[in-house]
Amino acid sequence: MGEAMVRLYNEESLPLEVVSVVDFEQFRHLILGTLAGEAHLSALFGVPQDRGVRLYAVVSDTVHGSMGLAATDVGDSFPSLTPACPQAHWFEREIFEQWGVRPEGHPWLKPVRFQPPRRGTTAPSPPGVTDYFSMEGEEVHEVAVGPVHAGVIEPGHFRFQCYGETVHHLEISLGYQHRGVEAKLVGGPDRRTIHYMETLAGDTTIGHATAYSQAVESLAGRRPTMTAQILRGVAAELERLANHIGCLGAMAGDIAFLPTRNFCGRIRGDVLNLTALICGNRFGRGFLRPGGVTSGMDPDQISRMLARLDVVEKDAEVALSLMFDAPSVLGRLEGTGTVPAQTAASIGMVGVGARASGLARDVRSQLPYGIYRYSSVPVCTYTTGDCFARAYVRWVEIQRSFAFVRDQLGSLNGDGFPVKPLYPGAGRLTVSLVEGWRGEICHVAATDAAGKFLFYKVVDPSFHNWFGLACALRGQQISDFPLCNKSFDLSYCGHDL
Amino acid sequence: MERSWSAVPVLMALVMSPFLFSVINRTKAFFGGRRGQPLLQPYADIAKLLRKGAVYSRTTTRVFRIGPVAGLASVLAALALTPLGPSGALVSFEGDVVLFVYLFAVMRFVTVLAALDTGSAFEGMGASREVQFSALGEVAFFLGITALAALTHRTSLSGILDALGNSPEVHGGRPVHFLVGSSLFVVLLAENARLPVDDPETHLELTMIHEVMVLDHGGVDLGLIQYAGCLKLWVMASLLAGVVLPAGSVHTVASAAILPAGILALAVLIGVVESTMARLRLVMVPQLLVAAGVLALLALIVVPG
Repeated sequence: MGEAMVRLYNEESLPLEVVSVVDFEQFRHLILGTLAGEAHLSALFGVPQDRGVRLYAVVSDTVHGSMGLAATDVGDSFPSLTPACPQAHWFEREIFEQWGVRPEGHPWLKPVRFQPPRRGTTAPSPPGVTDYFSMEGEEVHEVAVGPVHAGVIEPGHFRFQCYGETVHHLEISLGYQHRGVEAKLVGGPDRRTIHYMETLAGDTTIGHATAYSQAVESLAGRRPTMTAQILRGVAAELERLANHIGCLGAMAGDIAFLPTRNFCGRIRGDVLNLTALICGNRFGRGFLRPGGVTSGMDPDQISRMLARLDVVEKDAEVALSLMFDAPSVLGRLEGTGTVPAQTAASIGMVGVGARASGLARDVRSQLPYGIYRYSSVPVCTYTTGDCFARAYVRWVEIQRSFAFVRDQLGSLNGDGFPVKPLYPGAGRLTVSLVEGWRGEICHVAATDAAGKFLFYKVVDPSFHNWFGLACALRGQQISDFPLCNKSFDLSYCGHDL
Repeated sequence: MERSWSAVPVLMALVMSPFLFSVINRTKAFFGGRRGQPLLQPYADIAKLLRKGAVYSRTTTRVFRIGPVAGLASVLAALALTPLGPSGALVSFEGDVVLFVYLFAVMRFVTVLAALDTGSAFEGMGASREVQFSALGEVAFFLGITALAALTHRTSLSGILDALGNSPEVHGGRPVHFLVGSSLFVVLLAENARLPVDDPETHLELTMIHEVMVLDHGGVDLGLIQYAGCLKLWVMASLLAGVVLPAGSVHTVASAAILPAGILALAVLIGVVESTMARLRLVMVPQLLVAAGVLALLALIVVPG
């Protein structure tokens, strides 16, 4: 007891054996002790061993800018951490589902994705078929929405327990998009790996590809060139811009504020076209590879990009000020779907959702990586935690991202962009944290003696935040659900993997 | 009043009412920086639906099938009571204002019954909202018409509107026109599922009011519902135009044109409202409707004499 967690910085790797396996009591003690400070749980997952399962925990310490790692071996069950540490609840459900290891005392042990177990032979139930929390009473009614929705969106099932128009409980059941990516990544990297990464969540292509490239680079002990880092940063901010603008436009659509909805839909496309200007693909597919980027920008491209950026920024400014200046919009957003800071912290929210509730959580400034080591990005927070706060944080981040992209393009000088194939070192472990546009993306990878992936764990920000949406709906009007949902703008496939 | 001319407004409503939606749509497209759909699209939509077959859920009964037909029938009956300009309505008798208001209630009643008949949670939710809001809207509607009746000492719609246009003694009632007009406008927006009460464009069933009640209708039934919706908007808009515009003071062709123009202007106004404000939070809608009721009550109080 008393030993600290193994400390690791972003873009660093360790020999696998440095993460010593401790007994469960100490594991628990280390995690709870670290989480008592300014830290949150970035990942908690199982890795199969010859006998039993090894649990790894990654805790991000935002004050010291480092991560803490701990590991323990468990058999068929272990005492659940959730009662003492609610942010572990979704992770423990995942561990139970994937490896059949039961967290004893977990208050709500149900499948997360309804995926086939990766160990043992228990048959999974079809997605959505499980017990739901329910209320009873003459005037209580249950509303089930999905998995097929009225809009062209991904599948997910929502179960509302309502008393009149008021939602008392929302249960979110996902897993319809499960593809088994994590299992497929074991034994890699191979030619498929990067494509899995780029499509973990299609709208976060740059985010996940950055996290993966960074993981492989750390395992190999190499850093990409400065130019490549700048271009990655530019692509990441363009991705943030496109998605934030699209999200605000969709929120405007949900409250029937048409001007902003119409313009933002178009402006989002304009921003995606800027990404296409760099690499030929609107989502940045094929742009990032471990070791660098696949295409550069010549001075002509840079000046064209800057010119188009001016136009796009002006349009976005007009469309979004219109929205934030309209009293009817503010009246609709303020006080809707509030997540108090304490709730956000205890359930371990990340990204825009956390920042809107006043938690300063931004990997770019707290555990900086790539270009953010040299050019810091301010953390944009708001205090109220409602739909307005989430919209407003996005709006401020849009303004910051425009400035950042313009700044970086100015410092870009066109040298070569060779991407040499990069191979991970043998027997090493790394944690790669990236601030995608939704929030913290965490990739944990370890290699065997041959330099192949022993395991590869992906935690999309949506995995942390879906439960935040459920909390935001408590006591709200059911008619406000679409707005709340859009204000979080979470990924189904990023969660389902 | 020459009866032979009374059929003209009815025919005009039957033909022109879907065009109101084109006007609203074009206005919104203008504000949204878009071109908008073709002007005859609402007609094409209804024609398409009328050619289609319908699918009926096994949980529904005859009530579900009667809904759209009965709804259209009641709005047609309301149309017959609606005067447009000097020619008066097709049917008119003392006290027909009560029938007029409650024909809309009948239309709502059959729509709600059909919605409840599906047994769907969404449609039940929509029905509950519709009934709640219309209970408040009806008060405002009725108070407004009562104020007009008190002003003109008439109890038939044709009589009221005729007096509003022609009798010099009611010209002292301009505040009444204004107050009742404002109140009726809010009621019109609520009754016709327009912003800021309902969002006619949304696909989100959890936020809908009127749209969600007709989710299970398809084909001919949906075509009838949409056509009835067009007529309802036309009827209420022509009532509002008759109250606000000083038409009828001269029995000429110009006065006959002024009301249809007013109706189209109202459609533009609806488009402007929908382009410049967000929808109200659902819990705020009752406040808006109560405010409309208060305006109408105020009109009743300030009626001269």
